Amino acid sequence: MSHEIALRGITLRVRALHAGHGDRAILRGLDLDVAEGEVCAVMGVSGAGKTTVLRVVAALQPFSSGTVEISGVALRPGAVPPESQLRALRRRVGVVFQSHALFEHLTAIENVMLAPVHALGQSRASAEATAMRLLESLGVSARANAYPRQLSGGEAQRVAIARALAPDPQLLLMDEPTSALDPARRAALGESVRALAAQGRGLLIVTHDAAFARSYADRVVVLSHGAIAEEGPANQVLTHPTHDATRALLS
Amino acid sequence: MEADLVDPTRVRGFDVEIATMLAQSLGREPQFVQVAWASIEQSVARGDFTIGMSGLEDRPALHERFAVSLPYYEFREVLAVRAADSARVHTLADLRGRRVATLGATMAWDMVLAAKSAHGVVPVSYDDDVHPYTDLVSGRVDAVLLDHVLAERSRRRIGGFVIQPDALARGHYVAVLAAGDSALRDSVNITLRARMRDGSLERVFRSWNVWDAQQAAFQQQVLRDSVPRSETRTVDRDTATSITTYLPALLRAAVITLLLSVLAMALAITLGAGLAAGRVYGGRPLQMVLTAYVEIIRGTPVLLQLFVLYYGLSDVVRLPAFAAAVIGLGLNYAAYESEIYRAALEAIPALQLEAARTLGLSEGQILRLVRGPQALRLALAPMTNDFVALLKDSSLVSVITVVELTKQTAIYATNAGSWALPGALCALVYLAMSLPLSRMARRLEQRWKIA
Repeated sequence: MSHEIALRGITLRVRALHAGHGDRAILRGLDLDVAEGEVCAVMGVSGAGKTTVLRVVAALQPFSSGTVEISGVALRPGAVPPESQLRALRRRVGVVFQSHALFEHLTAIENVMLAPVHALGQSRASAEATAMRLLESLGVSARANAYPRQLSGGEAQRVAIARALAPDPQLLLMDEPTSALDPARRAALGESVRALAAQGRGLLIVTHDAAFARSYADRVVVLSHGAIAEEGPANQVLTHPTHDATRALLS
Repeated sequence: MEADLVDPTRVRGFDVEIATMLAQSLGREPQFVQVAWASIEQSVARGDFTIGMSGLEDRPALHERFAVSLPYYEFREVLAVRAADSARVHTLADLRGRRVATLGATMAWDMVLAAKSAHGVVPVSYDDDVHPYTDLVSGRVDAVLLDHVLAERSRRRIGGFVIQPDALARGHYVAVLAAGDSALRDSVNITLRARMRDGSLERVFRSWNVWDAQQAAFQQQVLRDSVPRSETRTVDRDTATSITTYLPALLRAAVITLLLSVLAMALAITLGAGLAAGRVYGGRPLQMVLTAYVEIIRGTPVLLQLFVLYYGLSDVVRLPAFAAAVIGLGLNYAAYESEIYRAALEAIPALQLEAARTLGLSEGQILRLVRGPQALRLALAPMTNDFVALLKDSSLVSVITVVELTKQTAIYATNAGSWALPGALCALVYLAMSLPLSRMARRLEQRWKIA
């Protein structure tokens, strides 16, 4: 199903992507690249197709035509294949959901260890060491044995990031990561995002937080009606918008 | 007394004809009320009807609480065996280690119980007088001890077995009236005597094929006022009704109830989980088959299912009573468990499952590591409810000869002539089993809620 293709420097390559719900087209011929070590913010008003991009790349939603390649693994148009055929993709893509979606019945560290132990077959000891290191790097190791309900929103988000990073993915997808954060936590998240990019990972962040995008994204892609309205370096696009869709975001 | 074969709403039998005779001589129109045989005395005490009769056995304890008529028929306790055993088995002592069936709470039951300790026979209790004989023929039991009237009737109807000629005991049928009705009882006695003298009782018994030389001698004794005493039951009534005698029996029965419930629940959980997984993950045809199973089981009485499993299928598979009880209750509760698990599985938010997918877990792992454990937490409270319900529903299996707590209590209550103490003891034992369970489940729920 998936096959390796030589693509150096590009983590995510999307070409001519069409996707929708039933008859309703949501993405209409979208082109999008995320390079290694690049933080790309996807912006746009509600209904522009931001979340759909993220769900298609995460293989949670089918697309009708176009190509999606993640670090050399290609997704085919049509129904989402069974999980047994998506193993290579799952290793390469981590997802941080807006509501975190931590597993309620597992502690923070158990959440982080789940994929390494069960999907990647690592030993519990090494998975636990890795998980603890990740939680430490995100400043939440003190809460390793807490259950999700006992965590604050910011703590839950950092555990969710640690969980997504545990399989060491090349591409990290984040859905509205700043929606529930106070300014201090937002800055800390921004630093974490930069640190992850510095490790060579590509980050695709869906957000409507222009200030966050301006501060921490390398590049901004503004969607409108399922296609790119405007894109470019974050500072330039958000300081000198040329498209109405971008101006609408900034107003 | 039995239901009319042509019109099952009418009752017939020599008891019915004698009762009609009594009513006529009292200038009344007889009205027949049918209750469970073991409940006739209790119903008389309640005032459901004035005169109770239908093969009621005379015994000393009866006279303490009721106005009891003269005996009107002398029965013999006889042993029925399969033809192959007829040369070898003549008494209960010949049945060591074998299964002996009879009606619960009768003189014969007491005899079989006594033979259990004296000769090591295995007593099997029935609620009706037909299935002991069908089970004798099919090999589920090795002998039946009941009075000769019932034995002869079943031999005519069912056949396939031999009634040993020797009586193991003798007893008498009497009519039972409330203690305050002793004047009416005296009228009944006058009528019984008159009908013995003028031969109309003999005619009734002859028409039902239950007259013999023994009855003629018996009636002469009654008319001479030298009423032969019923051979006392093999168990002394005073000790038989005391708590100390029955408590061990009740506790043993409680162990049966608990064991039965635990095994049936284990089966129900295993099967229910399979049914639920099939209905959530399976293809359309599988879903339809499993849904049909669940609806059929839920839409029919568990009593009917137990009868079909134990008696209905006995030509195909002859299950031992306890196994049939476990399987019957397990199959029944599996349907209810599967509904709980299905609802719990479907209640897990889609986002949790998507998050698990993005981590690279397989569908099986997602069920085992994420969806299943979360669903189990939702299912725990209804499962506890079901187990407590099962604990109580397990009393239904007495219809297929398993003597569990409620059945043992009923035997106790019949012999003691009161439900007050046996009922209270029985309730206490049920509560002692169900309350700790509910408590444990609530604790577990609390712990998981914090988590």
